[in-house]
Amino acid sequence: MANVLPADVLPADATPVLAVEGLRKSFGTNEVLKGIDLKVGAGERIAILGSSGSGKSTFLRCINFMETPSAGRIALDGTPIGTEGRNGALTAKSGELRRLRTRVGMIFQQFNLFPHMSVLENVMEGPVTVKGLPKAEARAKAQDYLKRVGLAEKADQYPQRLSGGQQQRVAIARALAMEPEILLFDEPTSSLDPELVGEVLDVILGLSREGRTMLLVTHELGFAYHFATRVLFLHEGRIHEQGTPDEVLKNPREERTQAFLHRFSAFHF
Amino acid sequence: MNYSFQFGEILANGDLLLRGLKLTVLLFVLAFSGALVCGLFIGVARGSSRRVPNLIATAYIELFRNTPVLVQLIWFYYALPALSGWQPTAFTAAALGLFLNTSAYCAEIWRAGLQSLPAGQWEAGRAIGMSEWQLLRRVVVPQALARMVPAFTNRGVELAKMTSIASTITVQELMYEAKMLSTQTFLPLETFTVVAVIYFVLIYPGTLAAYALERRLNSKGA
Repeated sequence: MANVLPADVLPADATPVLAVEGLRKSFGTNEVLKGIDLKVGAGERIAILGSSGSGKSTFLRCINFMETPSAGRIALDGTPIGTEGRNGALTAKSGELRRLRTRVGMIFQQFNLFPHMSVLENVMEGPVTVKGLPKAEARAKAQDYLKRVGLAEKADQYPQRLSGGQQQRVAIARALAMEPEILLFDEPTSSLDPELVGEVLDVILGLSREGRTMLLVTHELGFAYHFATRVLFLHEGRIHEQGTPDEVLKNPREERTQAFLHRFSAFHF
Repeated sequence: MNYSFQFGEILANGDLLLRGLKLTVLLFVLAFSGALVCGLFIGVARGSSRRVPNLIATAYIELFRNTPVLVQLIWFYYALPALSGWQPTAFTAAALGLFLNTSAYCAEIWRAGLQSLPAGQWEAGRAIGMSEWQLLRRVVVPQALARMVPAFTNRGVELAKMTSIASTITVQELMYEAKMLSTQTFLPLETFTVVAVIYFVLIYPGTLAAYALERRLNSKGA
């Protein structure tokens, strides 16, 4: 059975930035998440690993309600999100959802930039349309964030003209421009050509030095090791093992985790 | 075949036809502009996963698409007053009927257009906290528009010709005047040939404009 480490890195009295309790998610009769508990302290960087079908992306998407949890509780800074409906599923009003999503940013595997807007407009869109910032202010801010991801000179280009790595960096800038408290990365490098992975990971590592709270689903074990303060291994919809990167990635205690890691190292030479 | 066309008399009564043409254009503009906007709302409801709006939109669309528009106009002009006590003028009844009918078709175009966008675009908008209407206005509609223009053009062309049905409930638009003229002059062949040319001259520039719009939308940002 899952052997969850007692290693809750939070001091007992601190309110977690994000608290997940008994989170379940089913698609029809297929239960993907079977009860996940997680407390995330401010500034923690959590890497979520697991084979495909383990529920790691679904878990991430439940946190900002891109998927509606079928059961359980999710709280930001101690405030629960949504209310429990009759069938146990969480429901949130659209206003609450929008507030939640301005506080919890998300970066997708497929970047999902808006193709009809320039790079700069992509980054300005949230601050202007959602937060109502004056355009000049939003523009200055967007240029700032584009500089942070190393793409200041691409501001006036359209996304189609950019490489995948550049597009993903713009997507990161777009999420940052909302100044979220938590950033969720859903396999941010999985659809990139191998030579483009590095530039995206560099940007994410740069963010980690700023003390941002981040959760990242990834298959890049080496990156997870350097990035994370805590590593979760998901298996069949549950947290099967968790701990520091050294504990989980170098000395995994669970057989499943060992087998998973072994598959990745099978071709080392 | 020894028929000699006599266009002279028809052209001499051109002012009658032009008077009718004004109403035809007015009917078209009112019904089409209304239907484009109204279709968006019905289309969104039709694509919604919420049961009640979806059901209402579906019922509306199927009702108007699966009954003859001629019956709809007659119904608005003759049956509605009997049921509601409100007697619209023939023009109002025709405009209303054409507007509601075209809205049903436009709704389906909107729905298909909105659904043609990759799910990732909706997700990206939601992920930065956009409301559904902000998403539609800023992300979805600007991208879907280019794909929908050909279908809307089709609908517009169809509607422009469909306005002629209003003549059956005594709206004095182009076709009505044409029928009058042809019975007065006993020259139906000439009258309706002229009318066909007028419809063509009215509609064809519209389709050309739509092609131009389509090209412009497609070149933007792509």
